[in-house]
Amino acid sequence: MPNVGKSVPRVDAMDKVTGRAKYTDDRCDPHALVARVVRSTIAHGYVKSVDISQAEKIPGVVRIVTCFDVPDIKFPTAGHPWSVEEAHQDVADRRLLNRHVRYVGDDVAAVVAENEVAAAQAARAIRVEYEPLPFVLDPIEAMQPGAPVLHKEYPDNVLKHTSIRQGDYQTAIQEPGLICVDKWYEVPTVQHCHIENFICYAYGEGDRIVIVSSTQIPHIVRRTVGQALGLPWGKVRIIKPYIGGGFGNKQDTLYEPLCAYLSLQVGGRQVKLDVPREDTFVSNRVRHAEKIHIISWVRPDGTYAARKLEMYSNQGAYASHGHSIVAKGMGAFPQMYPCPNIEADSYTVYTNRSVAGAMRGYGIPQAMFAFESHTEDVCRRLGLDSLAFRHKNIMPKGYVDGFSKNENYFDSFNQCMDKAVAETDYVRKHAAYAHQTGEVRRGIGIAPFWYNTAVWPISLEHSSCRMVLNQDGSIQLQVAETEIGQGADTAYAQMAADVVGLAYYTDVHVQSCQDTDVTPFGLGAYASRQTYTAGFAIRQTGLILRDKILDYASEMTRMPKYNLDLMDGEIVRTTDGRVLLKLADLATEAFYSLTHSVHITAESTYQTKSNAYSFGCCVAEVEVDIPLCKVKVTDLLNIHDCGKLINPALAEAQVHGGMSMGIGYALSEQLLFDPKTGRALNNNLLDYKLSTTMDHPHLRAMFIENYEPTSAFGTKALGEPPTCPVAPAIRNAILNATGVEVDSLPMNPHVLYRRFCQEGLIADPWTKEG
Amino acid sequence: MYDIKALYEAESTAHAVQLRLEHPEAQIIAGGSDVLVQVREGKRAGKALISIYMLDELRGIRIDDEGNLRIGSLTSFSHITKDPLIQQYIPALGEAVDMVGGPQIRNIGTIGGNTCNGVTSADSASTLHAYEAIIELTGANGIRRVPIKDFYLRAGQTDIRPDEIQTAILIPQDSYKDTAGYYFKYAMRNAMDIATTGCSVNCRLSPDKGTFERVRIAYGVAGPVPMRAPTAEAMAAGKPVSRETVQAFAQAVLQDINPRDSWRASRALRQHIAVELASRCLTESVHRAGGAL
Repeated sequence: MPNVGKSVPRVDAMDKVTGRAKYTDDRCDPHALVARVVRSTIAHGYVKSVDISQAEKIPGVVRIVTCFDVPDIKFPTAGHPWSVEEAHQDVADRRLLNRHVRYVGDDVAAVVAENEVAAAQAARAIRVEYEPLPFVLDPIEAMQPGAPVLHKEYPDNVLKHTSIRQGDYQTAIQEPGLICVDKWYEVPTVQHCHIENFICYAYGEGDRIVIVSSTQIPHIVRRTVGQALGLPWGKVRIIKPYIGGGFGNKQDTLYEPLCAYLSLQVGGRQVKLDVPREDTFVSNRVRHAEKIHIISWVRPDGTYAARKLEMYSNQGAYASHGHSIVAKGMGAFPQMYPCPNIEADSYTVYTNRSVAGAMRGYGIPQAMFAFESHTEDVCRRLGLDSLAFRHKNIMPKGYVDGFSKNENYFDSFNQCMDKAVAETDYVRKHAAYAHQTGEVRRGIGIAPFWYNTAVWPISLEHSSCRMVLNQDGSIQLQVAETEIGQGADTAYAQMAADVVGLAYYTDVHVQSCQDTDVTPFGLGAYASRQTYTAGFAIRQTGLILRDKILDYASEMTRMPKYNLDLMDGEIVRTTDGRVLLKLADLATEAFYSLTHSVHITAESTYQTKSNAYSFGCCVAEVEVDIPLCKVKVTDLLNIHDCGKLINPALAEAQVHGGMSMGIGYALSEQLLFDPKTGRALNNNLLDYKLSTTMDHPHLRAMFIENYEPTSAFGTKALGEPPTCPVAPAIRNAILNATGVEVDSLPMNPHVLYRRFCQEGLIADPWTKEG
Repeated sequence: MYDIKALYEAESTAHAVQLRLEHPEAQIIAGGSDVLVQVREGKRAGKALISIYMLDELRGIRIDDEGNLRIGSLTSFSHITKDPLIQQYIPALGEAVDMVGGPQIRNIGTIGGNTCNGVTSADSASTLHAYEAIIELTGANGIRRVPIKDFYLRAGQTDIRPDEIQTAILIPQDSYKDTAGYYFKYAMRNAMDIATTGCSVNCRLSPDKGTFERVRIAYGVAGPVPMRAPTAEAMAAGKPVSRETVQAFAQAVLQDINPRDSWRASRALRQHIAVELASRCLTESVHRAGGAL
């Protein structure tokens, strides 16, 4: 009886809803010392001195370290696999605490105290003297000659610049009769806002350091802590309990190295570093803000002759994931709407702002807002039907990307758009809404999105899996692709039950709490790759375990192995279908046999050398109240071709979460920085307008289940894709309703007021009467 | 863990007054939804607190001997919204405080705390201004009553003397009788938000519903403290109930309000929205009063 494909309850549902599930803070010793980071109050400069004399006098303060105390070691933080080739290693550009501070919120000193109150009082009592330097917040300004330099190794602040060249753009644009559509789009800095802030604690054990951390990537953090502290990597042990969301922020080394260092400074006593929400906004990671310039040369028949793309990605003060993000977005450009003549350039630029890293979508939400807004704008300029234009120009069935070898096996884009259009009555509504008058208008918009699963061939892709048989015929399962709330453990249990031949997914006990001393090596949870990547290792290891079980069954039953099968937890003779033995009885015998006792286990690594497209689209319907400058999303539908669904209910939940983040990105979220000081203005959950359930319509998720041919279980990416198309779909719906092109996010009342005034939909209140 | 120097628990209103005199440096705390946030942020860290939260005598809503609608200062937002007297006489206030934060905040937050904070964005404040509420303060020498417009001294500062606590908010009968009102909270999202602009309007129509006998309007976040728009009110009084009057009334608010430019919203957007809200609130008030436009 198959487990894969069923909407079974999550394996962790009961523990999570009853509060039994243990998160990092639940596991920490209540008597642990508490750490607090003292942060830079200037955007750029040098720390001249740190006066800790008053802070040290506060009762309960145990230890204070400053940027003058820490080892002079620079380390990388990105949650990428290590590369054994130096040229492909992540940029190491920060120390545990920094004397050269590069943004408001940079880490200058740290207090260790007996409790939170003493730590907070001491942090406030520390006096830091700075030598301020000029600062720059905008990536294009940072590239200009004479701009302040953040890292001397990058004198023009450009962390990396990459290009794509296809055909001959300059010659192609000479073709007579072309129409040029030249536009800029802009997307803001946003933050992940996972429920559980980043938290970790560290303690010494023997000559090693143990760190319990709310991370997506325990094995990677082990390496970076070793690098940051100058310790052999084996001296570091990382434990990852349940985590309250990560969305990419925790696909980075955050404060694990500093916390470990602080514990070592107090003799290995347990030290907890729990980052407050305000600091999570500023001093963890954010999504890259980008400025995107697209020039399209279009023939009157609605085909592209040539296209140019420039992307400027705001990295903030340190490299983190760096150029990988904007490069992924740029990579989608020539693929999504193939065109023979393309010039594309992307720049990742250091600025004196919060550090940008991975966030759900990894550069694709930014790219899709620009690309799919532009598609609509091109059609509007040419008077073309934008849906027909997309069908005509979008990546066709059979398209193969030369680099990744990804293939569009099933015409996924068109299938998804067809279904979305049918489900929403898009064609009729789009026409009906096109020429409205009045204060409140409706609109409908569509946006397909490009995405691909995993990171091969850019970096290492592999998964290791261990399975251990229990006396009752159940198994333990371990992989390092971590449960981060997305439901991976449940999907793994369903897969493993089917591959091994167990009756129920509940016969698989997934070890959710990863421990680098115990869990087989793997890279963690990111890139929407867990079911895809771990799926290979689970299938391969499951087949090994099954083979060993059948060997033992052959021995017990005296039947040849080729006549035996393991189905629903029973050994079956295939020649007549007779059940010869229950797996539970076999397992007990194997454990305790007086003649042949063996612990049946299996372990293997699968190195993935493939990748898979994961496409879809979103349709949004909105109601725009023009005088109030407000948009209400009245319907939102995502369609995904993410291959075969392992668990349809979990897949739907995953899509709902991504759509919710997309609504916030579209309409309300933006981390603001004061241009005069570089300070974040709204780094709290009141002033940062994360969308609430009251801002959501009923969210609809649907699927086209094309079995992915490269995959172990027919599955591919679904974690990040749902958030990618929502903002451009809403934007195009606003355009349909009002005729106003809004080219920046978020499309909040501030922006809509300005745009509606510019387009004459709103009159200045002082002149309304006259 | 909060950085609190001491916590004094008042056992009666008289005891609270005594504690105020004994600990002049201490901060009053009711539901704590503002004070504890400020302690956590470090703004009020290390201070002593006088808790009045256990004083049930300050809870509840009734009509007093003078016909005032009397709201005990510790009455929570969720109790105000669900109270039958509020729903009968001044539903706009129940609706206004139902827009504060989320359900948990509305269960813990009190109308007394909301007004004593002195912030211009408080969801109760504009409606209380529009109904000319009276603030009742109890001190060593007994009770003092202050009109709400005088209670707000400046941003974050209200007229509470060192020996006093706020004990009730009174809505005079003349304010709520034969009157219908509406509050519009304009915010950046539909829950868990602070008003960008809040507008509360109420009107009394002539018996034939043809004339505005009285119109009152108050704003939050149109200035440093909640404020009325007297020019607009005077302009509408005695005028026929018509779209033209509503439009002229809405336009006239610009002569009264003085919103500021900040990163939270531009002055121009706030002015534009203030006019729009005046129009929408008066229109809805007319409908609620049984009139037609």
